Amino acid sequence: MDNNLKRSIILENYSNPFNKGLIDDPNYEKVNMNNESCIDNIDIMINIDNNTIKDIRFDGEACAISTSATSIMLKELIGKNIKDALYIIEQYENMIEERKYDDAVLGEAIVYNEIYKQPNRKKCALLPANGIKKILKNYVI
Amino acid sequence: MNRDDFPMLKNNVYYFDNGATTLKPKEVIASTVDYYENYSGNAHRGDYDISLKVDNVYENVREKVRAFINAEDASEIIFTSGATQSINMVVNGFFKHNLKKGDEVLITKAEHASLALPWFVLEKEIGIVIKYIELTNDMEVTLDNVKKSITNRTKVIALAHVTNVMGDIRPIKEISKYAHANNIYVVVDGAQSIPHIKCDVKDLDIDFLAFSAHKMLGPTGVGVLYGKYELLDKVIPTNVGGGMNTIFTSLNEYNLKGLPWRLEAGTPNIAGVIGFGSAIDYINKIGIDSISKHCAELKRYAVSKLSNLNNIDVYNPNTEGSIIAFNVRNIFSQDTAIYLNKHKICVRAGNHCAKLLKESLGINNTCRISFYLYNTKEEIDYLIKVLDNENILEESL
Ligand SMILES: Cc1ncc(COP(=O)(O)O)c(C=O)c1O
Repeated sequence: MDNNLKRSIILENYSNPFNKGLIDDPNYEKVNMNNESCIDNIDIMINIDNNTIKDIRFDGEACAISTSATSIMLKELIGKNIKDALYIIEQYENMIEERKYDDAVLGEAIVYNEIYKQPNRKKCALLPANGIKKILKNYVI
Repeated sequence: MNRDDFPMLKNNVYYFDNGATTLKPKEVIASTVDYYENYSGNAHRGDYDISLKVDNVYENVREKVRAFINAEDASEIIFTSGATQSINMVVNGFFKHNLKKGDEVLITKAEHASLALPWFVLEKEIGIVIKYIELTNDMEVTLDNVKKSITNRTKVIALAHVTNVMGDIRPIKEISKYAHANNIYVVVDGAQSIPHIKCDVKDLDIDFLAFSAHKMLGPTGVGVLYGKYELLDKVIPTNVGGGMNTIFTSLNEYNLKGLPWRLEAGTPNIAGVIGFGSAIDYINKIGIDSISKHCAELKRYAVSKLSNLNNIDVYNPNTEGSIIAFNVRNIFSQDTAIYLNKHKICVRAGNHCAKLLKESLGINNTCRISFYLYNTKEEIDYLIKVLDNENILEESL
């Protein structure tokens, strides 16, 4: 993917993030991701039913990379079962951390495949993955 | 000013994060290395020449610090690991034993975590009550607002002399005078003021003062706790061990040394203290008043240039300290800082450890520029050129 296209996907997800804004619904489980190494602060809420991610929403104040990565990650994960979702997250983390990864499952998230070139952005890109994983882990038997 | 003295500046960086830490001149680095290479030994321990030299140099720095802040006696100067440790020592070694449930401590919402959190913990532990002095619209502290916050239970006023986000200078002398007339202790966080403005602890009549060497050209890991002798003498050591006792027996009899050693248990950061001494020499050579003037001029210059750009909001154009809090409009502060980093400009983004300030300021995160003596107008011109760009967000990615 060329850099201009990557940039415009990131910017689009930053300006018009998917599912931004929390709702009051007891079927959702919530986690706050206050990035310990930077200043991003994101709340994520997930509705899981029958081992499947029905919905994820988020809100918060965060940089362009964290916000867009959360927006993109949400779109990729909704509708997946827990096992597939965790697999996608693992591949995403591998990509950010420069390990071998399966790019077939990453969809739009592939736009961050060169974020390792900016080490100070890696933690931002990983923020949503860490948050969602925290909740999903509770569902793995 | 004297940019050649700072090896870091050869690395082609535009360093505007002096509020976080300052760069070190060659003299400071050299004196630290000299200790390790030529007279490495412990202090207060040996009977050999090298150890004696360590003692002399180390105690000589204590005298330099005394003179720098015009304390009455060198025994009122305690070396710590930094302002944070100094404040914790005062809160836990003195106030924990001298305050009781219901006693009120006044702070502000603009304080750094290291000044605020020790009191938060004490509130939980012994039930003191933290109250906040109201800030003006410019986030400043006035004597009037201090007076309004005082009740007959107020026992302590603890605040920064200069704040690390807005850079306002608090009227410490007036506050101390009023506080002492009402039997209230005054604890001052000098982390941002001692490097920048003349501070005379006797004239300001401060009870306890904390600051860090690394924010004034010195090494990291060294700081100072100053206290008036009669108060400092009542600080219970939160650290006990070697170097601070005169005797101990298996019957649990022990005797502690006098000030300052009682409050410096264990081997101190000798190399750091020695480097700190060189930092004070360096500042004295230039003159603290020249440093103040230089930084104030840089701030005025930068604020006026920034105000010519139509994409920048400056939150503290008028404060006297040489700190500028700003945002590029509609851009998250961290994205701005990362964009600037791509142009070799170092600024800090975030809440700057003053997490309560958003409750008053209404803004969560800012970019912070903070100057020191080696910054120049040319560097500011470069910063302005880089900020004069409509595509900062795009280029930050
Ligand atoms: C106002 C203020 N107080 C306290 C501190 C803490 O200093 P240190 O981290 O050196 O202990 C800082 C440093 O950021 C500061 O700006």
